[in-house]
Amino acid sequence: MHQIDCPWCGVRDEAEFKYRGDATVTRPAAGAGADAFHDYVHTRANPKGWHAEWWHHTGGCRQLVKVLRNTLTHEIRQTARAAEPLAAPSPETTPT
Amino acid sequence: MSQPHRLATGGRIDRSRILLFRFDGRNLQGHPGDTLASALIANGVRLVGRSFKYHRPRGIFTAGPEEPSALVELRSDARREPNVPATVAELFDGLEAASQNRWPSLAWDVGAINARFARFLPAGFYYKTFMWPAAFWERVYEPIIRRAAGLGRAARQRDPDAYEHMHAHCDVLVVGSGAAGLAAARAAGSAGARVILAEQDFELGGGLLSEPAHDDWRKAQLAALREMPEVRILPRTTVLGYYDHNVLGAAERVSDHLPAPPPHGVRQRFWTIRAKQVVLATGAIERLIAFPDNDRPGVMLASAARTYARRFAVAAGRRAVLFTNNDEAYQTAFTLAESGIGIERIVDSRETSAAVEEARRRGFEVLPASEVSGIIGGKSVEAALVRSRHGGAARTVVADLVCVSGGWSPALHLASQTPAKPVWNEKLACFVPGTPVQAERSAGAARGVFGIGEAARDGHEAGRAAAAAAGLEGGATIALPTEVPPAATAIEACWEVKADGEGKSFVDLQHDVTAGDIRLAHREGYSHVEHAKRYTTHGMATDQGKTGGLVGAAVLAAARGEAIERVGVPTFRPYVTPVTIGAIAGRETGRHLKPVRRSPLHAWHVRNGAVLLETGLWLRPLYYPRTGEAGWTPILREARAVRQAVGLCDVSTLGKIDVQGPDAGPFLDRLYTNTFSTLPAGRARYGVMLREDGMVLDDGTTSRLGEQHYLVTTTTAKAAEVLEHMEFHAQTVWPGLDVQLCSVTDQWAQMAVAGPRARQTLQAAVGGRDLSNAALPFMGVAEGVIAGAPVRIFRVSFSGELAYEVATPAGYAEHVWEAILAAGRAFGIVPYGLEAMGLLRIEKGHVAGPEINGQTTARDLGLHRMLKKTGDYIGRVNAGRPGLMDPSRPSLVGIRALTDDFDKRLRGGAHVVSAPEDRHSLGWVTSVTRSVELDRWIGLAMLEGGIDRRGQRLYAVFPLKDEVVEVEITSPHHVDPENARVRA
Amino acid sequence: MKDYSVWRLLEEGMRGHQGWPRAWREPAPRPAYDIVIIGGGGHGLASAYYLARVHGLTDVAVIEKGPIGLGNVGRNTTIVRSNYLYPENNRFYEKSLQLWEGLEQDLNFNVMMSQRGVLNLFHSDSQRDAFARRGNSMRLNGIDAELLDREGVRAMAPVLDFDNARFPIHGGLLQRRGGTARHDAVAWGFARAASGRGVDIIQHCEVTGIRREGGRVTGVETTRGFIGARKVGIAVAGHTSQVAAMAGLSLPVESHLLQAFVSEAVKPLLDCVVTFGAGHFYISQSDKGGLVFGGNLDGYNSYAQRGTLPVAEEVMAEGIAVVPALSRLRVLRQWAGIMDMTPDGSPLICKTPVEGLFLNGGWCYGGFKAIPGSGWCFAHTLATGEPHELNAAFTLDRFRNGRALDEKGAGPAWWAQ
Repeated sequence: MHQIDCPWCGVRDEAEFKYRGDATVTRPAAGAGADAFHDYVHTRANPKGWHAEWWHHTGGCRQLVKVLRNTLTHEIRQTARAAEPLAAPSPETTPT
Repeated sequence: MSQPHRLATGGRIDRSRILLFRFDGRNLQGHPGDTLASALIANGVRLVGRSFKYHRPRGIFTAGPEEPSALVELRSDARREPNVPATVAELFDGLEAASQNRWPSLAWDVGAINARFARFLPAGFYYKTFMWPAAFWERVYEPIIRRAAGLGRAARQRDPDAYEHMHAHCDVLVVGSGAAGLAAARAAGSAGARVILAEQDFELGGGLLSEPAHDDWRKAQLAALREMPEVRILPRTTVLGYYDHNVLGAAERVSDHLPAPPPHGVRQRFWTIRAKQVVLATGAIERLIAFPDNDRPGVMLASAARTYARRFAVAAGRRAVLFTNNDEAYQTAFTLAESGIGIERIVDSRETSAAVEEARRRGFEVLPASEVSGIIGGKSVEAALVRSRHGGAARTVVADLVCVSGGWSPALHLASQTPAKPVWNEKLACFVPGTPVQAERSAGAARGVFGIGEAARDGHEAGRAAAAAAGLEGGATIALPTEVPPAATAIEACWEVKADGEGKSFVDLQHDVTAGDIRLAHREGYSHVEHAKRYTTHGMATDQGKTGGLVGAAVLAAARGEAIERVGVPTFRPYVTPVTIGAIAGRETGRHLKPVRRSPLHAWHVRNGAVLLETGLWLRPLYYPRTGEAGWTPILREARAVRQAVGLCDVSTLGKIDVQGPDAGPFLDRLYTNTFSTLPAGRARYGVMLREDGMVLDDGTTSRLGEQHYLVTTTTAKAAEVLEHMEFHAQTVWPGLDVQLCSVTDQWAQMAVAGPRARQTLQAAVGGRDLSNAALPFMGVAEGVIAGAPVRIFRVSFSGELAYEVATPAGYAEHVWEAILAAGRAFGIVPYGLEAMGLLRIEKGHVAGPEINGQTTARDLGLHRMLKKTGDYIGRVNAGRPGLMDPSRPSLVGIRALTDDFDKRLRGGAHVVSAPEDRHSLGWVTSVTRSVELDRWIGLAMLEGGIDRRGQRLYAVFPLKDEVVEVEITSPHHVDPENARVRA
Repeated sequence: MKDYSVWRLLEEGMRGHQGWPRAWREPAPRPAYDIVIIGGGGHGLASAYYLARVHGLTDVAVIEKGPIGLGNVGRNTTIVRSNYLYPENNRFYEKSLQLWEGLEQDLNFNVMMSQRGVLNLFHSDSQRDAFARRGNSMRLNGIDAELLDREGVRAMAPVLDFDNARFPIHGGLLQRRGGTARHDAVAWGFARAASGRGVDIIQHCEVTGIRREGGRVTGVETTRGFIGARKVGIAVAGHTSQVAAMAGLSLPVESHLLQAFVSEAVKPLLDCVVTFGAGHFYISQSDKGGLVFGGNLDGYNSYAQRGTLPVAEEVMAEGIAVVPALSRLRVLRQWAGIMDMTPDGSPLICKTPVEGLFLNGGWCYGGFKAIPGSGWCFAHTLATGEPHELNAAFTLDRFRNGRALDEKGAGPAWWAQ
């Protein structure tokens, strides 16, 4: 069970959070056009390895927490507040 | 004589007390400290169950949770529990157990006929037959198979017992309380670590419990651990699953050793343990050897026979043969002999060993380079067939007990789940845990360090290292048990003694899988260990192949001509042993599955006879029937009151989100398809919000309470989702906007006062405040006081009538509600429930959940005028995708039955077609009601062509009930389409 | 290929079962094939089978990185049904169900397709209406469906909770032709039948690249060398994003975990498949006697194939709320599969922007029941280069075009579909 280090509350169980998806996509500017908004909503890298993602601490401080997590091993390398950057995801992935 | 197989002395049982129990109706006796299995052995019961497929007679094979054969139904009626291994069931006074999977009786089982046809029933036979004729599968073959399969019977009644969840954190979790576990717990505890020591048995000590010589050491360690305030000892607790981030799940059998849990007590407790470090001292499990008829009652693991003699003081037989490939098992022969059990032969598959010499010195008859090649006896062993491995005829050795030891496999299930891949150790002929990937280490026999002294030393080191890794260095040095290790000769793998002809050498006793089945799987190409497992069902029974899993893998390796480490073993998945579903579920099931949300007016609704209904988590009043009212009568009465006089409805469940901050307006502009920054303070506006894919997320009115202060209302169902949607966008998409959000749903009670007399009613309630159109026009917002309580008054209408919603802090809810009722009495006020509210909104043509179902756009719902032309908002771009602009998309219309015969019923979920027999659906009916204004069935529908079909006569068909109703397509606004009443 | 039959079983029984041939051949890969299918799971193997049987194409290889049939076809809850809302879905799944109905005879392999019924419980009037809309849609499309009241449900499944439920059972939507099948047998049966018709099934051969020249596919790089192909089909549920990325494609797919559970075997308790309407829980009893059940996704991107405790707790709690008798039974095993989730919960069987490269994926957690239909449609698409009308809606560009098939209305949140 994931133990997520909320930057506001400390280490908490995954059960306190709601997953909110890929944190690398950003909402396009208003005039960016249909393709950009299609990709924003639908297209995902879906990496097998390090993944920057949002977890919403709905059972706690209600802040969106940015988490760098490995989708294969479930290891969490870093958590950050919404406004803070994450370290660049390492290209390495744990071999299958 | 009672308990004829109870040894005269020894054991850890309490001979001073007799426990009475029943097995298959027979009255038997045992002692505290017995398991059901040891008590059965004490009473000379050998035949305990029938196997899954061939219904072969089976006895007791092990002395632990790895038991494949001795499964019973425990207890009776609502507490009946199938498939309980007799080897783990603690004996209690009055215990009732029954054998299973047999008919009419255990001794005479009709299903045993399967064994006669066994040659036609090899692994996977069912994949090759039962295919003709096709219709026979469901009708003939499968019902027979289903009845024959399964083991015990589940209780049909509700489980009378309770279960609970416990959460714990610790520095070091030690799993297992044998020599390694005790030493680890002490080492870690003495370093100051918070330790949890979990032991699946009811007594602590693991293998030490069969070693009286080390009992003082065991007691000393337990005494020391009990002195440590930060050490928690959990007996009867099986650690079942090793999850990510060093979280482990464990089931504690709190009351299973009692006839029933004590009043208010729980039966089992499920622990979620977050450990900084874990020491896995789970020991090792002895393996079987696959020799012909190795399943007969009386064939038993050597260590089990020793455990029964030493720990339980029972003789598993009178005359024993030991079949082994390792030195360790000789201890069993020595122990049994000390207990007065005759050792007829020791059969050793190896050419020679130190133990052979030792045994001969002690006067045992040893046959090296030999094997057991068969068993004589059906329901009980009568003799073993023994032969040289170099050839020659087998000789018959009369015996009633055959002890078998194929060596030991570390219990690495938890380590494997971490998921560290096991590694083959050729010297020990077993897999050992792989390099840890979580914060854990294995110790003692669990990693192939055998022997009490060695295991204790290993555990001590592991405990100390675990504490250090958790940040706690040091600790006392403890005395470890000394043990002079016998000059052991290495184990030599011996997996199978091949059966001749029809004999069966089982690798999986419970599922009746033989070595021959494994070879058949390989011949047919199911050669991968996972394929072989699935094809033969090897290792998939309740014991999960703990005693024969590796043996099967070895047989497969031999068939493939490959080394066993290349073949591997199937993946170990949770759970280590089967776990009670009730324990994992805990208390929050049945009626307590989800919390019940109640409106602040709930008590009033109950007192006033409301019929309540679960809607999501909420419990809401459907209607308030008067004496003698039934069916639609109260609903129609309440709705008429609203249309003709005035009604009062509890709408507290609506989501309410307080939005404040300098950028609250611009934020709402981006959230909604329409504009809120231009809304003057003191006014409300209806709004629609989309998901980013362009579908409608929710609707509701939002009021501006102040320059930087808005109150958003959401539908009841979407309250949580909308808040999350808003928080996500405020925090991550537009973090530059200065806006704060807070749910105030539970803080405010809200009630709708609706009907032509609503103003008079509210005016009477609110006293001096002017509620005229000039002072509080439609969509106006004001504050006031009702009966001394502060209220907000919103002039909004869901019913289509002149209406207000009055909000008051939740604590005043009933007070204000009663005051409005009192004020409205003169005007004929009635409370109305969810059903009348639904009726009114359908008449009015307001969309709700059935229309805003995540599949409809604003355009579909006739809300396209709500889409602002300029400025960005969520969903704007994707709502313009061509498919969503397609004019053929179904859109909202009204629908009206042509007949006023209420028996010709219009139903939600009906489809609309052009002709009664037409199969092409033009759309579907979303909401229906009996109309009080039109006196017929009416509804809302989503229809291809939408409002352009106004006036058309179509058919609402409901094939599920073979119903057809002729309907007319209308505007969705069945009542007051000009919207005059709300402005009255 | 010698036929499986009771006579053959008797004959083999008399000579120790020494005469059974391999279920499928294990050839070395040839340098090139007409069609290469990546993925030896249910969908890949079924596609190969129908290429051979329906289209007469046997210059076909199925390439699997491990042993066949151990992905999602070997880790699911074995439910088969066609009770969908949208005509695009219910027609496709109905085709699949019809293929299931004759599959044993077609494959000469008993996949134990058992039509004991799939019963969706509803717990409110609005849910009843939504289910009725779906059931009526099925009936209009010629698919069997019945609306049961509470007593009808009780007659079907008396072990459900009718008197202590937090969310009382109001009724159910029943598809009698739905049921379960033996999951492993489906992979093996298709493999054997495809192999028997000349398809090469190549295990332990991992695709490491998709070679393209001038915008069209020319073959696949593998751990056993390059294998040429005129057309390549991807059918690698759970890893679709990775394999598609080898051809430079980014997909509307996320990989999520779904856990499932099986109890110890007990005597018959529940005959049909039951799904809970006030949560996310489904259950059936296998012929062996184990109760097989599952619930919701774990809810975060994952390729780990192992689940966590919170979802297990939720599934068990919902399970007891539906079938109180589960409480004293024991759960034997838990496993997890990787689901290709799409933004609308519906699948992809389509062409891709790369010429000669075809995609079969996005099965979310409904892939098992689709296997024959998916194989049949994908075979058509591979053979003719164009989709069959039954899979014409399952395109990649439906999201760009606003023609998503969102049965649940959950929207483009993969973890919520």
